[in-house]
Amino acid sequence: MTLLLNILVDGIAYGMILFMIAVGLSVTMGLMRVVNLAHGGFALLGGTFAHWLGSDLGWPFWLALPLAVLGTVALSMPLERLIYRRVYGFTDLQQVLATIGLTFLMIASVNLWQGSSLLTVPLPEGLKASVDLGFRTLPVHRLVVIAFGAAVVVGLWLLLDRTRFGIRLRAAVDNRGTASAHGINTDRIFMLAFALGAGLAALGGVLGAEILPIDAYYPLRYMVLFLIVVAVGGMGSIPGSLLAALGLGLLETATRYLVPDYATIAFFALVIALLTVRPNGLMGKIA
Amino acid sequence: MKRAFHAAVLAALTLGLPGAALADTIKVGVVAPYSGPFAIYGKQFQEAIETYVAQHGTTAGEHEIEFIYKDVGGPNPDQARSLAQELLIRDQVDYLAGFTFTPNALAIAPLIEQSQTPTVIFNAATSSINRESDFYLRTSYTLWQVSAPLAEWAYDQGMRSVAITVTDYGPGIDAENAFKAAFEAKGGEVVDTIRMPLSTTDFTPFIQRVRDAAPDAVFTFLPGGPPTFTYTKTFNENGLAEAGITFLGTAETEEVNLQGLGDAAIGLTTAYHYSGAHESEANDAFKAKLTELFPDAVANWASVGAYDGTHLIYQMVAAAGSDGPAAVEAALGLEWESPRGPVTMDPETRTVVQNVYIREVERDAETGLLINAEKGVIATVGDLGWDK
Repeated sequence: MTLLLNILVDGIAYGMILFMIAVGLSVTMGLMRVVNLAHGGFALLGGTFAHWLGSDLGWPFWLALPLAVLGTVALSMPLERLIYRRVYGFTDLQQVLATIGLTFLMIASVNLWQGSSLLTVPLPEGLKASVDLGFRTLPVHRLVVIAFGAAVVVGLWLLLDRTRFGIRLRAAVDNRGTASAHGINTDRIFMLAFALGAGLAALGGVLGAEILPIDAYYPLRYMVLFLIVVAVGGMGSIPGSLLAALGLGLLETATRYLVPDYATIAFFALVIALLTVRPNGLMGKIA
Repeated sequence: MKRAFHAAVLAALTLGLPGAALADTIKVGVVAPYSGPFAIYGKQFQEAIETYVAQHGTTAGEHEIEFIYKDVGGPNPDQARSLAQELLIRDQVDYLAGFTFTPNALAIAPLIEQSQTPTVIFNAATSSINRESDFYLRTSYTLWQVSAPLAEWAYDQGMRSVAITVTDYGPGIDAENAFKAAFEAKGGEVVDTIRMPLSTTDFTPFIQRVRDAAPDAVFTFLPGGPPTFTYTKTFNENGLAEAGITFLGTAETEEVNLQGLGDAAIGLTTAYHYSGAHESEANDAFKAKLTELFPDAVANWASVGAYDGTHLIYQMVAAAGSDGPAAVEAALGLEWESPRGPVTMDPETRTVVQNVYIREVERDAETGLLINAEKGVIATVGDLGWDK
């Protein structure tokens, strides 16, 4: 019984971290249809800014977090204007090559700036503590990540389904020419959507840093993890990403408790099985 | 006309060669990662070599010494082999050195056997490497060398039950076997053995399982960097220390990433052959020169392995010049005072015999930095994994 509760608690906490780091990719790759392998790069930039502000300058975490996200957003907009705007028109393979090249540039820049050792983000005392769940303890920061994850789900749903921006974005993605002809400024819509994806990447990078610590090679180390969540969830589906992240988190945690030696094999075997049955993911739209 | 010109050039080159050889420069090829995720090793090696050279000059005996650095990128045996080949054939090196990863070191065994080139391993820590060629000499350590004494020490401290969690790859399994054999030989009980996948990001399930088993201690082996960070954090957050479970490790608290672990690292117990906080004149001199040349450098086991390796090469060059077999002969049994403490090159295993220290992470009162404070010493340990 305790084992089951352990799996449930740890699985959800881990799944929410997966969701937080992958949801930005669901926006750029899923909604905007650009194979954005540089997603982890934006998470790295966010984490590096947070490390710089929190550790080097000694600013409090709750100030460093929003500033790191804003800093990443501010960097992503000119990048979108100068580079990504050209990448949209590429074929899939060219997009892969262009964005992985960008990833290497980001890694090298962070390496030059902060070196290749761990870039930790200092947490406030309140987040470092553990709460007693009766049968065990759970670190507070995991609860905070769960809360942020829930807020992001609701916020994105409202933004994409209930606002004018959401309608325009979906129109621009589905048929850019027609959307343009209706007077929608598609350039601006795309830039904002891209900045949203980059900002979410940075938020996930900083909040997830306790489990997926930031260092210069972060984007390459966890790229497979981001891609799996988006692929299993279904491209462009926010609820799909949430479902996939929680499912994968529970699955990986369960295999680690029950058959630790085979956890990796069991995890990937189940992912392959699922994608064989549902190639477009859990909630993917038919391409 | 053209042919005559070629002949003249050829003659000039041939005549020129013996003259060049008279300068007698002994070349040392260093194979290590200088780019990619493991670039820190190459940096540590090169800084340590340059520190040694700055202290002792560029001559050993009657010979000039020159180092040539080659970037192997990461664990890549094919690349290591072709770089070694290039160094031996094109650059005509007389010694090889470096080697962070076991597969890279193993890949060059046939080459150094054939060319009879003494090869000083600065890091790769699997016992079996040195069995592949008599030309391997190791100035780092082996996993048996530090894990087995730790198990015996733990038993002597009154710990009777231990859970083992190691990362599921070569060195992890070596560490598990060494610890288990030594702990059980003493009469202790290993209650659980978990091999954690290399790709593990969330260690909570393993740590929670250990907590539920409630042993006296948990022995672990993790690759440096992110996994160590997450493991030690999770260890603390899940209250294992409060539950009376002692953390036992080896390289986890190495100096380069130690500050990044933060307060979570305080109290972690490790057994290892080098601590940056080791108090001796040799260590102080080494660290002073290192930080004078490279203000941002932090001395850790990789730097001290390279520093001692360079010392060994200087001794071999002074004794035997470019004669490979004679150089190895001169190195065997050599004793010197290293920044880590006294060491001897074991004539049988060709790995240094050295002290293993029991350390605990503390915050230094003066500098405010985390250090590995030495609490005990197990003197002159050889490579215990040699005949396993």
